[in-house]
Amino acid sequence: MRLKCPLCGDRDAREFHYRGAAKLMERPEAGAGEAAFYDYVYLRENPVGANSELWFHELGCRAWLCVSRDVSSHEILSVELADAVKRGQA
Amino acid sequence: MEKMRYSGFQVLLNGLTGNKGWRPMWRDPTPKSEYDVVIIGGGGHGLATAYYLARKYAITNVAVLERGYLGGGNVGRNTTIVRANYMLEGSSQFYSHSLKLWEGLERELNYNTMLSQRGCLMLGHSDGQMDALARRGNMMRMQGDDAELWGRDETRRHVPYLDFDNARFPIKGGLMHWRGGTARHDAVAWGYARGADRRGVDLIQNCEVTGFRIERGRVLGVETSRGFIGAGKVGVSVAGRSSQVAAMAGLRLPIESHVLQAFVTEGLKPVIDNVISFGMGHFYISQSDKGGLVFGGDLDGYNSYAQRGNLPMAEHVAEAGMALMPMIGKARVLRSWGGIMDMSMGLAHYRQNRH
Repeated sequence: MRLKCPLCGDRDAREFHYRGAAKLMERPEAGAGEAAFYDYVYLRENPVGANSELWFHELGCRAWLCVSRDVSSHEILSVELADAVKRGQA
Repeated sequence: MEKMRYSGFQVLLNGLTGNKGWRPMWRDPTPKSEYDVVIIGGGGHGLATAYYLARKYAITNVAVLERGYLGGGNVGRNTTIVRANYMLEGSSQFYSHSLKLWEGLERELNYNTMLSQRGCLMLGHSDGQMDALARRGNMMRMQGDDAELWGRDETRRHVPYLDFDNARFPIKGGLMHWRGGTARHDAVAWGYARGADRRGVDLIQNCEVTGFRIERGRVLGVETSRGFIGAGKVGVSVAGRSSQVAAMAGLRLPIESHVLQAFVTEGLKPVIDNVISFGMGHFYISQSDKGGLVFGGDLDGYNSYAQRGNLPMAEHVAEAGMALMPMIGKARVLRSWGGIMDMSMGLAHYRQNRH
């Protein structure tokens, strides 16, 4: 498995650390309540096809990346800087 | 259908008569329109649930619905280890009870699950780890399971071929759990299937559940590729697809599905007597009855339904194997595979009551 880092180019997956679902970027506000945090910490869509994920380019540019990956084939569908995705959402 | 009891005599008799006397182990029934209980998933847990419902609770109007064939999923994609050397509340009792079931299972099912209580050894590499193993062993014994703490010399006497002087992880001792070991994973699925079928459970293969019929919060049954099947209660036992099946019922689960790889070498003469786990290297190994070394490591570490992993973990497992047991380098790996694990977010058992 190889990821195409927007800053460093095509790199071996060993350079990256997998953090989990990309929904971790959407942290509830401090007072959002137990249900919102339960959802944030525990509940996952866990889809069979394209999964939105956070990867950290630990042994490269150390950028956080939003990766869309087909979890049935391990094919990387898209890689974007998490920072850019976050700005786009704002 | 005639209910055949397996015995040495049957093997002898059929051996002498061209093996023409064997009968199918279970029926191939057409689904009824309604059952008291429908269990989705014909793997180890689904079949065991059906069996115990029938045997222990006399609930026999039960169907097990399997998308493919019985035992064709993740129950056939593991490394066959059975053990009760856990420590945390909840997990610990679960495995302790399972191991006790294993111990009487072959006699109860009249089926050879090839249970081999050859002992599971966990290695320790420092004073701190030896303390932790002593604590774990005490907790195992407190709940009635067995554990023996071995020092370095005793460990070396049993497994002299390990590298005791590895620079990073020298072996200081281990915790032996003699009642642990291995069992044939397919056989347990088949044995439970045969036992459930004999008690009237319908095992329905090639029957994929495509949806739930739910009215006012009560399940009425399941939609399947073979039509609607009514059910008083529905159980879901579909490791590796739990999130998808639960989603059809409108449930979101605290689960991510991950791939765990395993490897088998060519058949070798007997060398490894026990199951050995080298936790620091995320590595464990045993030897199958056919002689192949069966070993594996850690999760690949990312979500996957692919039933195969990637090479970095294969390399890591090989390195850990070499570090623990240098002579393993002469063995050739014949095949590898990946099983899909439904991992809870806290990496522990999970329970929630819905009201």
